[in-house]
Amino acid sequence: MTNTDERLAEIREVDRIIVRFAGDSGDGMQLTGDRFTSASALSGNDLATLPEFPAEIRAPAGTLAGVSAFQVHISDHDIHTHGDAPNVLVAMNPAAMKSDLPKLESGGTVIVNTDAFEERNLTKAAYDSNPLEDGTLDGYSVITAPMTALTKEVCKDLGVKPRDAERSKNFFALGLVSWLYTRPTEPTMHWIREKFAGKDLVIAANEAAFKAGHAFGETAELSASRLAVRPAELPAGTYTNINGNTALSWGLIAASQKAGVPIFLGSYPITPASDILHELAKHKNFGVRTLQAEDEIAAIGSALGAAYGGHLGVTTTSGPGVALKGETMGLAVSLELPLVIVDVQRGGPSTGLPTKTEAADLMMARYGRHGEAPLPIVSANSPSDCFRAAFEAVRIALRYRTPVILLSDGYLANGTEPWRLPDVDSLPDISVDFAAGPNALNEDGEHVFWPYIRNEDLARSWAIPGTDDIMHRIGGIEKEDGTGNISYDPENHGAMVDIREERIQKIAESYPSLEVVGVPDADVLLVGWGSTWGAITGAVGRLQRAGRSVGHVHLRNLYPFPNDLGEILKNREHVIVPEMNLGQLTALLRAEYLVDATVISKVTGQPFTAGELVTQIEEIVG
Amino acid sequence: MSDTATTTKKDWTSDQEVRWCPGCGDYSILTAMQLLMPEIGTRREDTVFISGIGCAARFPYYMNTYGMHSIHGRSPAIATGLAMARPDLDVWVVGGDGDMLSIGGNHLIHALRRNVNLTILLFNNQIYGLTKGQYSPTSEVGKVTNSTPMGSLDTPFNPVSVALGVEATFVARTHDMDRAHMQEMFRRAHDHNGAAIVEVYQNCNVFNDGAFASITKKDARADMLIELTNGEPVRFGPEGERGVMLDNGIARIVEVDDVGVDALIVHNEAAPDSSVAFALSRLAGDRESPTPVGVFRALDSIDYGAAVNAQLAAAQTEGGGDLHGLLHSLPTWEVS
Ligand code: SF4
Repeated sequence: MTNTDERLAEIREVDRIIVRFAGDSGDGMQLTGDRFTSASALSGNDLATLPEFPAEIRAPAGTLAGVSAFQVHISDHDIHTHGDAPNVLVAMNPAAMKSDLPKLESGGTVIVNTDAFEERNLTKAAYDSNPLEDGTLDGYSVITAPMTALTKEVCKDLGVKPRDAERSKNFFALGLVSWLYTRPTEPTMHWIREKFAGKDLVIAANEAAFKAGHAFGETAELSASRLAVRPAELPAGTYTNINGNTALSWGLIAASQKAGVPIFLGSYPITPASDILHELAKHKNFGVRTLQAEDEIAAIGSALGAAYGGHLGVTTTSGPGVALKGETMGLAVSLELPLVIVDVQRGGPSTGLPTKTEAADLMMARYGRHGEAPLPIVSANSPSDCFRAAFEAVRIALRYRTPVILLSDGYLANGTEPWRLPDVDSLPDISVDFAAGPNALNEDGEHVFWPYIRNEDLARSWAIPGTDDIMHRIGGIEKEDGTGNISYDPENHGAMVDIREERIQKIAESYPSLEVVGVPDADVLLVGWGSTWGAITGAVGRLQRAGRSVGHVHLRNLYPFPNDLGEILKNREHVIVPEMNLGQLTALLRAEYLVDATVISKVTGQPFTAGELVTQIEEIVG
Repeated sequence: MSDTATTTKKDWTSDQEVRWCPGCGDYSILTAMQLLMPEIGTRREDTVFISGIGCAARFPYYMNTYGMHSIHGRSPAIATGLAMARPDLDVWVVGGDGDMLSIGGNHLIHALRRNVNLTILLFNNQIYGLTKGQYSPTSEVGKVTNSTPMGSLDTPFNPVSVALGVEATFVARTHDMDRAHMQEMFRRAHDHNGAAIVEVYQNCNVFNDGAFASITKKDARADMLIELTNGEPVRFGPEGERGVMLDNGIARIVEVDDVGVDALIVHNEAAPDSSVAFALSRLAGDRESPTPVGVFRALDSIDYGAAVNAQLAAAQTEGGGDLHGLLHSLPTWEVS
């Protein structure tokens, strides 16, 4: 124990900290974590977050099922994941302690709301004895505070009812943690005043609780030392802290602006994709139309109808929704109309784990339609990368007149990271032309419009109703190439199957070259897709520092594969594919390139950490 | 040629060979439509027919307009997106009873309650034609088909009752034996603001021949069809000797002489409450009973596409979106 004066002086600088806020889902842990993250972002740290919440809106209070947690990794250098083991656990109740203490690093710090550790809550969390007293916490640094009581106490004179005051205890925790990690307080105070504007009592209670928590750190005798994380050395620019669903929505808007084609979103609410619908619905000033459809099928159907009318048709969903949209995707393949299908993947099968992440929809994206129905697949690597991925999906859809599947996942959707904002003028022009008149001569020498005449990309023209002289009928029945007339001719069907595949393959000609990071010609090559990017990048860094030679290639385009991928996979001793499924990309690579790829699987609803990847890669490589 | 004033039936007829069975009721519906379109006052280039799957769904191929033959049941959903995105277009939806009331029932009811600006033609032949004669959601109980060798067990939908029950603002019924009546119903439906549905009794002479003959054949019509005329008492029969009155909320067929004309329902298609229209729709219980045809309901209201676009316009009163501003709308910080 140190005395107050010494303690105030003692601020130790560290390069990074990982804090995990855990409590009951009614305790406001997501809000608390989010505020701590924002304050850190504004102090210039690099960061990555992992929000975790139960599927139930209000799981029974105090139970293990009801634990809601938010982990944030802040650093003075470029980081890519939410971190391995947290250094600090804020446990607002026994259930949070029970479920999350095993995640804490050994010797880490536990901050406890002692008021919640009473008989009833201990029983609900299946503790036989009080972990604060029975030695469970031996070896950890423990900071205890009667947060509920102290919050009620400071709110007493404000005229706030005790029951309402209790709700502010998360701000006490936030104040305490902000003190401990020397976070600036003003942004949070400002945020409280804005967020609860018009609710003066709530503002007063939250501010009082926040200040009380901060003061508790200053005046109580705490064993833990204060830590500071310096601003990260990031490339110069303007930054914002962004989650994947927001970045994806903005990417769609940016692409729509750069294409000059308004967005039509047809969507049905589903976790974890609904926030894209919410975000896009806010931006009608960009000409965005949104329809909350009656079901997933109508969501994609309406988007396809809008695409037929010349709009950028988009539908957003998660795996169960994609399953329902399959038939309409097949129609879009047959009609050769642009459409973007966003799959924010979650744990499956069936309802599975709605609020947990997984990346097991790749095969469904690749093959999940009847008949030979190829379509391009684009995937996002990190929360902010969802912006670029969305832009790329739209580019392909519009230029090649095809439905495109854009894969994100729950980790990207809700996780945040600092994003260096692009200069909007630097985004490419992806504008497209609509058919304006006849494009063929019929047998009688008359100028006519044939819907399936193709350009050099093998794309047919986007011919929209309302245009003079190009009236035509299209449909899902097999048609003759060129004229678009219904055709049951066997030779024609074979030819159309080939054309539909070939025109998708042509898209690969428009990709930039792949980049192998780390050691490009290393014997060990890691091939990744989607949100594993952060953990793989972290693992590659650690392996290299340990003297291992490894390369990493991450795929933006999962179908068609990039033309230079085959060359990159050649002559490696180990091709290792970490993925959050049982080996779907691995199987596709083996089939396509006859390469002996090895999967590192994780299908637990949790993203990879760099640490576990390092261990498993070392096991494989030996 | 894009001037509507000069078009003829030929201009609205595509070059595709019509492939319905000879004698199918769909032919007379198609002819009625092709003859009507030149009079209706819209451009072919602004007209779109969307269909699902089934015999009726071949319809768009035969109209020289824009058209999409989509997938089973989904035409109201696809048309909803098109009509919302392009309120300038004249969007028609055509389908059969299986397409729109079975596999696509959900989309139909939601397009109706949203009041999307669509003109929906439901060809009801009470059978599955294209899949060779299974019973449909409008087939009468006890229907013996390949899939129901001992007779069907399910209660059928009454499409007009369904439409009225889901807040449709325009609901009408007609039949394929009376071109003038069809055209009048199609025209009224087209002119309606918002979702309009017309049920067309259509004869499938291959799998369900004569399903409506007892009410639609010429010499039966006077006794069996109850023509609804707005503002008039609901009466029918060769001399107008029969009528319909409300009895505890239930529509009953009565002899006018017994009750007096003043006791009859005076048809009000614009009534905000659809209860009386619903009561009238229940009269089509079976083929042996007099059946109302005409406009059951025509309630003026704002259509969905117009409402959506009004919101867009309101959001743009300050001008369109600014992309740079959007990207900077969350708290930002500078790194130098
Ligand atoms: S099967 Fe019936 S509905 Fe279909 S085309 Fe033939 S007659 Fe017409």
